Amino acid sequence: MVQPLNYLKETPSQTAGPYVHIGLAPGAAGFRLFEQELGQVIAAPGVPGERIRVSGVVRDGTGAPVKDVLIEVWQADANGIYPHPEDPRVAECAPGFRGWGRVITEFETGEWAFETIRPGAVPMKAGGVQAPHLTLWLVARGINVGLATRMYFPEDAGLHDTDPVLRSIEQRQRVATLIAKAEAPGQYRFDIRLQGEGETVFIDI
Amino acid sequence: MKPAEFYERDRRMHPPAYAPVYKTSVPRSPGQALLTLRQTMSEITGPTFGHNDLGPNDNDLIVNFGHGGLPVGERIIVHGRVLDENGRPVPRTLVEIWQANASGRYRHKKDVYLGALDPNFGGCGRALTDDDGYYYFRTIKPGPYPWLNYVNSWRPAHIHVSVFGTSFSQRLITQMYFEGDPLIAKCPIVQTIPDPEAVQRLIAPLDMNTAVPMDCLAYKFDIVLRGRRSTLFENRLEGN
Repeated sequence: MVQPLNYLKETPSQTAGPYVHIGLAPGAAGFRLFEQELGQVIAAPGVPGERIRVSGVVRDGTGAPVKDVLIEVWQADANGIYPHPEDPRVAECAPGFRGWGRVITEFETGEWAFETIRPGAVPMKAGGVQAPHLTLWLVARGINVGLATRMYFPEDAGLHDTDPVLRSIEQRQRVATLIAKAEAPGQYRFDIRLQGEGETVFIDI
Repeated sequence: MKPAEFYERDRRMHPPAYAPVYKTSVPRSPGQALLTLRQTMSEITGPTFGHNDLGPNDNDLIVNFGHGGLPVGERIIVHGRVLDENGRPVPRTLVEIWQANASGRYRHKKDVYLGALDPNFGGCGRALTDDDGYYYFRTIKPGPYPWLNYVNSWRPAHIHVSVFGTSFSQRLITQMYFEGDPLIAKCPIVQTIPDPEAVQRLIAPLDMNTAVPMDCLAYKFDIVLRGRRSTLFENRLEGN
């Protein structure tokens, strides 16, 4: 009899349900409870970098806006450094830069938006860089396991050809689903499609 | 090439995206396969939190909303450890919970269930795990409530739990159920999990050792996040 491999097993995911705001954004649920809500400031004023605004809407398989979605954002600073001990350059990360935020939609229209700074290219361990990107994570009623995706910037087309994630998408016509549209200087539009035509590429991270 | 930093997620432990028994998942589930990714710096890092982010009563739902009055219902402690698949504690990570009150009503503009709102109960809390990955909350046991999946669908009593871990790839939202609840087996959302053993891991047992006499019952809920591959370094015996 061989020894058992007694690893623990990951706790199963369950949907965040329709009332995710109560726990993660109580102000939006209509009441004030915590002294500070978390995730409202991704890059504090004074953090160096180009200020940008990203907006969009999440649509389901019927094309209807998902009005109860909660999106979390994770990104590097303008120099491509993450505020996390695992990043070898963490000591040089911009002071006041959290890199993380969470947004919910406007209840009637399903529109969401957040303000941050444009991230820099992130170095790869084996050399080379990843094109500047935001990592996004979505939960909502009807989403059983949180969905991860990335948003890239249209101006970085040259770097997209060597980015490890974009390169690994076999159906090349789907690459466009991860690239935001520039609406005005510093303003980007990133619509997400959960299912059906134009379905956004979701990533098993 | 170095191996991925975190064990790949065993998707058999999780509900599939498309689970028709839970009707809302039908239009909200991706139809295409997920893109497989070798983890990069973007996935092995994640937000960090400190005590400055939290207020002193944030983990006590019995007092964090009311203005002196006590909420109605069964007073309980919910506690446990956040561990990874290797059994290592996940210290100083943020655990957030939200739930209905004792009558099964959420404090949310969209909840129209006829259960009564409780003026002394908000329904959300948050805590940081300590160095051993331990967390605890004090709250009121939530009530079950009806919802429109099938005409007569009822959610078992449950608490929503959100955990960050140390990296964005460990991010998890789940629900904790209570030992002995006959509605668990009938719930379409529970039934999205194909593995019956995995369902058991979401059911918190009654823990009389932690109950406070003449005050609170207790339920113990350990949470397991993805483990990571690790090489033993002499200067980092505890692993990553």
